[in-house]
Amino acid sequence: MSILLDSSTRVIVQGITGREGGFHTQQMQELGTKVAGGTSPGKGGTTHLGVPVFNTVADAVKATGANASGIFVPAPFAADAIMEAAAAGITLIVCITEGIPIQDMIKVKDFLRGYPQARLLGANCPGLITPGVAKIGIIPQRITRAGHVGLVSRSGTLTYEVASALSVAGMGQSTIVGIGGDPVLGLTFRDVVELFEKDPATTHLVLIGEIGGSDEERAAEVLARGSRLKAVAFISGRTAPEGKRMGHAGAIISGNRGTAKSKEEAFRKAGVAVAETTDDIVGMLT
Amino acid sequence: MKLLEYQAKEVLASLGIAIPPGVVARNPDEAAAAFARLGPVAVKAQVPVGGRGKAGGIKLAGSADEARRAAQQIIGMDIKGFKVPLVYCEAALEIEREIYLGFTVDRDARANILMLSARGGMDIEQVAEESPDSIARLYPNPWRGPLNFELAQLAYDAELGDLSRPLISIIAKLYRAIPDYDALTAEINPLVVTKTGDVVAGDAKLEIDDNAAWRHKDLEERYGAVLEGDPYEVEAKRRGLTYVSLDGDIGIIGNGAGLCMGTLDLVQRAGGRPANFCDIGGGAKAEVVENALAVILMNPKVKGVVINVFGGITRGDEVAKGVVTARDNLKMKLPLVVRLSGTREEEGREILRKNGIEPGVSGWEAAKKIVELAQAGVR
Repeated sequence: MSILLDSSTRVIVQGITGREGGFHTQQMQELGTKVAGGTSPGKGGTTHLGVPVFNTVADAVKATGANASGIFVPAPFAADAIMEAAAAGITLIVCITEGIPIQDMIKVKDFLRGYPQARLLGANCPGLITPGVAKIGIIPQRITRAGHVGLVSRSGTLTYEVASALSVAGMGQSTIVGIGGDPVLGLTFRDVVELFEKDPATTHLVLIGEIGGSDEERAAEVLARGSRLKAVAFISGRTAPEGKRMGHAGAIISGNRGTAKSKEEAFRKAGVAVAETTDDIVGMLT
Repeated sequence: MKLLEYQAKEVLASLGIAIPPGVVARNPDEAAAAFARLGPVAVKAQVPVGGRGKAGGIKLAGSADEARRAAQQIIGMDIKGFKVPLVYCEAALEIEREIYLGFTVDRDARANILMLSARGGMDIEQVAEESPDSIARLYPNPWRGPLNFELAQLAYDAELGDLSRPLISIIAKLYRAIPDYDALTAEINPLVVTKTGDVVAGDAKLEIDDNAAWRHKDLEERYGAVLEGDPYEVEAKRRGLTYVSLDGDIGIIGNGAGLCMGTLDLVQRAGGRPANFCDIGGGAKAEVVENALAVILMNPKVKGVVINVFGGITRGDEVAKGVVTARDNLKMKLPLVVRLSGTREEEGREILRKNGIEPGVSGWEAAKKIVELAQAGVR
């Protein structure tokens, strides 16, 4: 079992004919992901990497019955690509693209309210992988292994670091979810933790956060209500100096939340062990 | 991109918001000339950080001599790590009352939030803590912006109903900074009501989303080069890098903000002090690595550099080739430790070894190694 993504998920890749889109589609196919097709405006009717290419997501969904999408289009077009996927009925939208203007994402978040069945992961995230089964995004399958640890992270590269250490130690993962590091994003730590909580195949939880915002604190609130998962949290940026922030407007909303200290304290209060370095995580899980 | 006060005010003026007359002065003589033109002026340090008043970066001048002296004292002053490059001399205002007006991105709500308070002119963080109810808030629809009745409600909620007409107009204009300039944060604190009843921006802060720079090439051209501050940060920005200067002596390069921050943590834990944060992002190309190294090596305090790359979209062999080329091109003699992992890592490590760079096994190993080498002063 897993969360969000399993062997029945039918995936399309938006931007399949691009360099990154193509490379990672191949990786996804190698793992066994059901890639049903892709989109690339103007290239509808052609075939790429053995799957049909469509002009639009709506065309792709109609022809293939796809229910998930991986987005690899350049930043200026990514917000539109997310909304296109939601409007076409895609229920899991994974946006890998980095550098999307924040105001575009704020509009996307508002738009998605009209499509409650659509879940957005990212943007600016590595995607997700159910080891040995399927992936959408760029998490290298080589460093993963099937098992029972649910891994959720805001950082792409730290996710690989930890997944790799877990796999080497023989602790496989149920699903690895990279929620992305942008200030305005789709699924949050809290959303993903709640999904892991309901997944019988997940027995352990590793949460990798970083300074800024208060998504980690929100997830800690959920875990504080009682969890069946053995959990370890790690927060990166604990030695980062306070941001050379200009306005005070951000601080008005977040108050004292957002520092590594506040996040670590929130997890400790929730009964979650907090790791000093990523190297310590494996030992603390067992 | 964080604009300086005078730049932010130019943008506000272009949106139709009233600003006091003012001129930029790069030396004491220009400040004296500003007095001759404007009369009594506030001489204000131009740095992209708050708290300049408390740091002595704002002085009132009632004569040309005072303006000259103020500029002499302020230009070159260090305010929170920023050397003041110039001052803005602005006609002093006859203040009747001070209001707070601003917007920012509320990360938790994933939305823009507009804020208005009758308690302007003071530390708004303190106001937020002491009496959060005195700050009225509005989450405008991002597709159409705030409607007039919503702004009227905001004014009444802030107990500024008597000023609702001018405020509605000013807030609507300020809001245009979002669709027109991709502003993430704007603050007018204080928004001054003068003795003659005019509503004028007393101060201005404006931050533009770097992700949207391609939509605002004009802004970048007008202000990108003017923004002075930390020389390494300026150079890094020119080269398109995500870089923050810190005060230690170990240069740090990582791909991904989380890994990069994690590397800072590790170096600190190993007893070293990071000289910078430098995220080269996904798909780190040879050219990007060289740019990052070049900026880090500009800093004479740096005694060694650690590169931590864990690849997803990033390819290890490309990174390794880039590191070798960069080191050779820059004739780098300082200790360099490279931790490389991920896609095509074996090829990458082999390239490093062949070129005399020892690859670190883990981030922690690499951090310990660079701290050791830097402290030993190995050259």
